[in-house]
Amino acid sequence: MSSDWPAWEVFVRARRGVGHVHAGTVHAPDATLAIENARDLYTRRNEGVSLWVVRSSDVVTSDPDERHSMFDPAADKSFRQPTDFELPPDVAHM
Amino acid sequence: MTASVGDPLRRNDTLLVVDTSPAVSYTARMANEQEQFEQLIDTDDRIEPTDWMPDEYRSTLIRQIAQHAHSEIIGMQPEGNWLTRAPSLRRKAILTAKVQDEAGHGLYLYGAAETLGVDRSELLDKLHAGRQKYSSIFNYPTLTWADVGAIGWLVDGAAIMNQVPLCRCSYGPYARAMIRICKEESFHQRQGYQIMLTLAEGTDAQRAMAQDALDRWWWPSIMMFGPPDADSTHSEQNMRWGIKRFSNDELRQKFIDATVPQADLIGLTVPDPELTWNETTQHYDHGPIDWDEFWNVVAGNGACNAERISTRVAAHDDGAWVREAALAHAAKRAADARSSEAAA
Repeated sequence: MSSDWPAWEVFVRARRGVGHVHAGTVHAPDATLAIENARDLYTRRNEGVSLWVVRSSDVVTSDPDERHSMFDPAADKSFRQPTDFELPPDVAHM
Repeated sequence: MTASVGDPLRRNDTLLVVDTSPAVSYTARMANEQEQFEQLIDTDDRIEPTDWMPDEYRSTLIRQIAQHAHSEIIGMQPEGNWLTRAPSLRRKAILTAKVQDEAGHGLYLYGAAETLGVDRSELLDKLHAGRQKYSSIFNYPTLTWADVGAIGWLVDGAAIMNQVPLCRCSYGPYARAMIRICKEESFHQRQGYQIMLTLAEGTDAQRAMAQDALDRWWWPSIMMFGPPDADSTHSEQNMRWGIKRFSNDELRQKFIDATVPQADLIGLTVPDPELTWNETTQHYDHGPIDWDEFWNVVAGNGACNAERISTRVAAHDDGAWVREAALAHAAKRAADARSSEAAA
C-alpha cells in the first residue's frame, strides 16, 4: 500500500545571524504538518530558531550529468582567490 | 582599479598560458564514471545521491541502511515496555525522550535510504514481510527495570562503537545521518549506565537485579558486532568501498576493552569466567561466543521475534486510517485554495 506521505526537505536556522541550512527530510501530508514533524525531528535539542520546509519534488537541482561543464571552468581561475597573489614581504596586510 | 602587472601576478600569467583547457582535459579524464567512482573512493571522498555508483554498492547500502533503520524503530519496543512502569517521573521523561530519539533515528535513516531510490513504504513492507532484518538484539525480552539500564549501557554502547566509524562512511547521506545519531546516542548510553550505577549502589535485591540484567545482556551485546571476521561474508568489499572501517572482531574487542572496567567500577561482574586482561596484547581475552544462539535468533527463533513484528505490523495497520485521512484533508484544503483563488 503506497499511502505514504510526500517527502519535504527541511532547512534549519541554528541561531540568529546565520542562514537556514539543509538538515534532512520528513514525510508529511501538508506544509503545516511538515513544519511540525520537522520541529519534532530536527529541533528537539535547541538546534534551531526557525524552520523552512519545501516539497522535495519542488526542488530544482543542477543536472548532475552537466556538472563538469557547469563547475569545472572555475578550476582554472585561481586568480579569483586572494591567495593566488604573492605580496612583497614588506606588505603586512592586504 | 588599475592592476599593475608586476611580480605578484607573473605566476598567474604563466599558469594561464601553460594550462590551456583544463575543463576539457578534466572531462576527458573523468569520462569513465566507474573510474570517477573509484577515484572518489580511493581519495576517501564522499559519494552523493546523483553520482554514478555500482549496482552492488547501491544495493549493499540500501540493505544496510534499511536494516539499521528497522533496528531503530523495532528497538523502541523493548524499552517502550517499561515506559508506564518507570520508577519515577524523571526516569519516565528520560525514557520517553530516548524512545522518541530511536524513532527519530529511524526517520533519519529511512530518509538516507530514500536518496538511493527506494521508498520508505517499500522498506517497511519488506520489514513487515520478514524480507529485511533488524538487529537480533531486540528479540530479547526486557524482564525488569534493570534491563532498561543494561540496554542503554550495553546495547547503545555497542551501537555507538559500530556507528562512530559510520560517520565517515563513503556514502554522504548515510554519514550525515550517522553524525546526527551519534550526537544523540551518548545520552542514551550514559542514562543506562546511571540506572545500573543507581541499582548497584542500592539494596541487595536491586544489586542482584542489575547483575541479572548484565548476565542476560552481555553475550547478546557482544554478538551485535556480527559473526567473527573469518565468517563475515561482505566485510572485504565493504571495507574497500569505505562503507565499513573496522572489522567485526576489532569493534567487538574495543567494546569489551571499554566496558569491562565500567562494570568493575560499579561492582558488577561480566558473566565470562574466561575474561582476563592480557598484558602482552593490552586487550581483554574473552571466552567463546555461542554463535549457534546468535544464528538461531537471526533465524527467527528468539524469545520475541514474532511479537516484535506483529506489534510493528499492528501499529502500521492501525495507523493507516490516520495517514489516509491526513492525505485526504490535505487534498481537500489544496482544492479549496485553488477554487477560492479562481473565484478571486
